[in-house]
Amino acid sequence: MSKYIMPNLQKEKIESYLNEGKRLDGRTAVDYRDIVVEDGVSPCASSAIKVSVGKTQVMVGVSLAVTTPYPDSPAEGTFMTSAELHPMASQQFDIGRPGINAIELGRVIDRGIRESGFIDFKGLCIKEGEKVWQVFVDIVALNDDGNLLDVAGLAALIALGRAKMPVYNEETGMTEHEFSDNPIPLNKEAMSFNMTLHKVGKAIVADVSKEEEAVSSYRISIAVGEDENGKARITAGQKGKAGTISADEMQTILKLVEDKWTELFPKVKEYAFG
Amino acid sequence: MAEGLYKERFDGRTVNEVRPMTAKVGIVPSADGSASFETGGTKAIAVVRGPRTLHPQHMQDGQTGILRVNYGMMPFSVWDRIRPGPNRRSEEIGKVCEWALNSVVDLSGFQNTVVDVFIQIPKADAGTRVAGLNAAAMALAHAGLPMKQMLTAIAVGKADKTLLVDVDKAEEDFHDGEGATDVPLAITSRTKEIALLQLDGKISPAELAESIEMGKKACDDILKVQMEALKNVTGESNE
Repeated sequence: MSKYIMPNLQKEKIESYLNEGKRLDGRTAVDYRDIVVEDGVSPCASSAIKVSVGKTQVMVGVSLAVTTPYPDSPAEGTFMTSAELHPMASQQFDIGRPGINAIELGRVIDRGIRESGFIDFKGLCIKEGEKVWQVFVDIVALNDDGNLLDVAGLAALIALGRAKMPVYNEETGMTEHEFSDNPIPLNKEAMSFNMTLHKVGKAIVADVSKEEEAVSSYRISIAVGEDENGKARITAGQKGKAGTISADEMQTILKLVEDKWTELFPKVKEYAFG
Repeated sequence: MAEGLYKERFDGRTVNEVRPMTAKVGIVPSADGSASFETGGTKAIAVVRGPRTLHPQHMQDGQTGILRVNYGMMPFSVWDRIRPGPNRRSEEIGKVCEWALNSVVDLSGFQNTVVDVFIQIPKADAGTRVAGLNAAAMALAHAGLPMKQMLTAIAVGKADKTLLVDVDKAEEDFHDGEGATDVPLAITSRTKEIALLQLDGKISPAELAESIEMGKKACDDILKVQMEALKNVTGESNE
């Protein structure tokens, strides 16, 4: 029946493996698990996909609705990311209002997308001061096997990249139940991709499992996009948990982030834009 | 087809025809039991967690384990986005599904515990609660919980004067003549009794009796799909 995960009992084993550069699941410290993207989760959304990274699974949908703009930005659309850490995904999640973990996850992803300039807010204006598009990104966790933040963030980017504009009926002021072939207005070159590294034992580890996540001393999330010359450019960062980062570790982290970005970013673009 | 204003079904099905079904068992690796059930444009995912000790303690029952069912639609499952989180509709549907599943599951050996069933709908074209029940019954069986029998569910109904099995959204919205009637049903697999019935619309007693019989026949086919999926657990587990 219910299996209670007790990662603290595994802590020594996880750490001693990592000291030899190994992990319990056979990966090296910096390997990501396989990424699988499935499309067509819901025909009623601009796009709705399921993304699996190893056994961590999320569903993400993008929906658009017509709304009135904020008074201080009358010619810009609006954007909102919500995350549900539903108890179906993990024993540790509870029913009811989003807890601090769901709120942080939603906010970190929201901020990363908003501040990178990936969404073309001016392109979401229908009539200045009256009508603009509101973009919703809704994240539902299906199974938590570690690193939900990166998996959800990745899924949000891919879903936005694949989203199609609804058909807008000017006479009724409503959207039709169909989508055009036009993508939503995006600045593709501004896309930036979040990677979270954890310190487990003495090692800096990418794409943590649930057990590694539970015993890490700190985590650091860094979002990286592309500059004019195609080189890595950091656009967002957030450190979590109580551990502290040494100068050497920070160097290791920045080097690792750049390497992983170079490896993964072309794949992410391929998933998002085909 | 019968006389009346709804002569041909919009999607060309016969009146007794269920939309194409797909069932999978073992889709959520960290769960004790999980399954999905898809029919046409409707899909339900069900996850079982438990039995586990119920907190707060005063809610525990020393005689038996307790079944709790939570139902919800994903925000992107329909054309008009749904705000995330519970609402009055989802709370009620969770409760009627809980009663229905309680009639087949036997938790008497699990005193003081709770078994949680989470039903989520990623895409909706009517019949979400019955798809959810089909998935939930499979997920409970997958979790290895004692069950007196299986549970299978279908929405029957009527558009104008035509009785229908597996009503879809376009048929639920049929406004001509007598309009649309929607009757979600859950039927126990061995005793063929009604474990869930709701009704919304206008229908004569004779028509209701006939549509229930149509629903029971359809449930025989759905049961085969459920049993086949339970013999072929697809996903990998966390074990």
